[in-house]
Amino acid sequence: MPNMSKVKVPMPEQAPDIRNKNFAEVTLGYTDKDALEEADRCLNCKHKPCMKGCPVNVQIPEFISAIKAGEFKKANDIIKETSSLPAVCGRVCPQESQCEKYCVRGIKNEPVGIGRLERFAADWAMENFAEKSQKPAANGHKVAVVGAGPAGLTCAGDLALMGYDVTIFEAFHVAGGVLMYGIPEFRLPKALVQKEINSLKELGVKIVTNFVVGKSETIDDLLADGYEAVFVGSGAGLPKFMNLPGENLNGVYSANEYLTRINLMKAYEDGAATPIYHAKNVAVFGGGNVAMDAARSAKRMGAENVYIVYRRSENELPARAEEVHHAKEEGIIFKILSNPNEIIGDENFWVKAIKCDTMELGEPDESGRRSPVKVPNAEFILDVDCVIVSIGTSPNPIIPSSTPDLTTNRWGCVVADDAGITEKPGVFAGGDVVTGAATVILAMGAGKNAAAAMDEYIKKR
Amino acid sequence: MYKILEKQRLSEQVVRMKIDAPNVAKKALAGQFIILRVDEDGERIPLTVADYDRGAGTVSIIFQEVGYTTIKLGKKEEGEYIQDFVGPLGIASEVEEYKGKRVCVIGGGLGCAIAYPQAKAFYEAGAIVDVIAGFRNKDLVILEKEMGACSKKLTIITDDGSNGKKGLVTDVLKEEIESGAQYDLVIAIGPLVMMKFVSLATKPYGIKTIVSMNSTMVDGTGMCGCCRLTVDNKTKFACVDGPDFDGHLVDFDETIRKSRMYHDHERSQCSLEGFKNA
Repeated sequence: MPNMSKVKVPMPEQAPDIRNKNFAEVTLGYTDKDALEEADRCLNCKHKPCMKGCPVNVQIPEFISAIKAGEFKKANDIIKETSSLPAVCGRVCPQESQCEKYCVRGIKNEPVGIGRLERFAADWAMENFAEKSQKPAANGHKVAVVGAGPAGLTCAGDLALMGYDVTIFEAFHVAGGVLMYGIPEFRLPKALVQKEINSLKELGVKIVTNFVVGKSETIDDLLADGYEAVFVGSGAGLPKFMNLPGENLNGVYSANEYLTRINLMKAYEDGAATPIYHAKNVAVFGGGNVAMDAARSAKRMGAENVYIVYRRSENELPARAEEVHHAKEEGIIFKILSNPNEIIGDENFWVKAIKCDTMELGEPDESGRRSPVKVPNAEFILDVDCVIVSIGTSPNPIIPSSTPDLTTNRWGCVVADDAGITEKPGVFAGGDVVTGAATVILAMGAGKNAAAAMDEYIKKR
Repeated sequence: MYKILEKQRLSEQVVRMKIDAPNVAKKALAGQFIILRVDEDGERIPLTVADYDRGAGTVSIIFQEVGYTTIKLGKKEEGEYIQDFVGPLGIASEVEEYKGKRVCVIGGGLGCAIAYPQAKAFYEAGAIVDVIAGFRNKDLVILEKEMGACSKKLTIITDDGSNGKKGLVTDVLKEEIESGAQYDLVIAIGPLVMMKFVSLATKPYGIKTIVSMNSTMVDGTGMCGCCRLTVDNKTKFACVDGPDFDGHLVDFDETIRKSRMYHDHERSQCSLEGFKNA
C-alpha cells in the first residue's frame, strides 16, 4: 500500500530570519527516511505522465522505484542515463510546470516531490560513491562546444558518452555559466556544480576556460581546426536596461553584474578582492527568478529594506512559486503594480530614490495577457540607495557578429530548429542563445537534442 | 595558468610583463585589451595589449601599481604564473584608413603604455605620427625611446618642467594646431580628465578625436554593463562597443563620477592589508 499522504514530505530548511543573513543553502535536502517515505507516494503509473513534462526524459517511475527499494546508487545511475546534471536540476527546475505538473497524485493533492527525490539520489551518490565515471571508447571524431553553461555541458556530456572527443570553450575563468555566476550559492552550492562538471571531465570532456569564441578564435577557425561540428550554447548574457533617466547613476547595477560580483567573484566573503556596494535600501526592477535571486542576495548583503518593483500583479510574477514564497519569508517587500519612471540622484550622483507610476491591469491584449496601464496622478517616490535592473537579457552579439553566415532573428537570437540545426552547415545551437532567456532544464533539453543531431550529421558525412 | 616570461620595471611604479598566452597573441590587435586574474582569490581587471608576438605566442602588458591587484601583480616575478588571462577583447583601432594621413597620439602618464602601441600601429600602417606625452615629473617618464622610434615628432612635457617643457599636453596640442599642424585624427589616452580636455581642445577645430575609455569592468565580454557609458546620448558598453569612442560625443563628467564608485573599498583594502610594504 503506497503512502497516501496528501502533501509532500516536507524538506527541512534554514529558518527565514537566520538564512537571510547567510549564503548557505536554504533547503537542506531529504534524509534517507524522508526519501523512502516520499518515494512511497509514487503510484508507479504504467503510462508515466510525469515523463512527458521532463525535457531530458528522466525515467522517473524507475528511479523512484529504486529509491523505494533502498537502492539509492541505482536511482542515480538511472537518472544519469539521460541527465548530466541531476543535483542541479533537482534544485533549480520549475517542477511545478514540468514533471510534477503531470503527476497523477497532483490532480487532487500535492504531486510527488520528483525534484526533491532526484536531488536526494544525486546528493547521496556524490557523497557515498567517489568512484570515477567510465570513459567510453573513442569513436575518432572531434567536436567543439561553445559555452560551458547547462546547454553546452549537457551536449558535451551526451557526445562524450557516444565516444566523441569533445572540447568546450568557455569565456569565463570557470565552467558552469549561469549555474556559477547567476544562481546564488543559497539556491545552488557552487562546489556541487563543480563536482557535476568534474564527472563530465572523467568522461573525457576537455574544458578550455578564458577563451572567447568570436575574439580568441571564430567558429570558422574552429571548423578549420578540424572540429567536425560545433555546438553554440553561449546563452543570453546581455543585460537589458530600461533607458530611464538616472540609470547611469552610481548604485545602479544590472542583475547580471550584481550577481556575478556576488556569486562568481564571491564579493559576499570578507576580504574578497572584488568590491560590491553594501546598500541599505534596494529596489529590484523585475519579477523573474533573477529578480528574486538579486533581491534575496541584497538582503543577505545586509540591506534593511529590499523591494521587488513589478509592473503587473502578483499572479503574473514569472518567478518560480517557491522562490517568491522564500523571498517573502525572508522579508522581501513586493511593490506590485508599480512601474519605475525615473531614478533620482543626490549631489554626488549616487542613487537617492526612485519615482514610480502606480499601475492597474487593463483589458487583455492580443496575447491574452492583461497589460498594465498607468493610474493617473498616482506617482510615488521610494527612498533607495541602490537599484538592480532585472528586466531580462538577450543573446550576446559577439558570436553572431563574428560569424556572418549564422542567421539571427530580430531579437538577436540564433535561428535553429528543434533539433538545434542552424542554417550554417556543421553548426548547431541551443539554449538561451536560440530561445532568449529561459530555464536551465530547457537549455539542457536543447543541448541533448543537438547532441543527437550532431551525431547524425557526422555519421552521414 | 599563464607564465610570466619577462618582467621589466619602466619606472618606480610601472612594470612591463611579457606573458605566454598563444590564444590571445593569435588575434590581438592595437586598441584591444585583456582581462586577468592574478590568483585564485583575485578580482578580474582589464589591461591593454601593449604588444604581441604571434610567432612566439606572447602578449605584453604594462601596468602601474595603483591598488590591491596591480601591487599583487607587481610582486610576481619572471617564471611565476598568472591565474587567468583572457582576450583579445574589445574592438581594434581603425589604423589602415590613416595611411599617409597626419595623426597625433597623446598619452597621459601611464596612458602612454597604451598610447605607444597605438602610435606604433598607426606608424606601421603608414600614417605620419606625432606623439605628445605628458607626465607629472621626470621620474615618471616611460617609453621615451619607443615612442620616439615610431613618431615624426615626439614632445615630452611635465607638469613641473623637470623634463622637457613645462605644462599640459593640451598646451602642446593647441600650439601645434595653431602653428599649422593639419591633423586628420587625434587620439587621446590617459586619465579621464585629460581625455576630456583634449576633446574640448580639438572640438572648435573640428578635428576627429578618439579616446580610449578605461571604465571599471568585470567580465569584459558584454554581459554585465558595469563599464557602460553615455556616448551621443546612448548607453554603450566600453568592453564590446569600445574601448575607443568619439571624444566629442562621450559624457566625460558621468564617466568620471562612475569611476569613483568603489574608491572607499579600494582605499580600505590597501591600507588594511598593509599591502604596499609587505
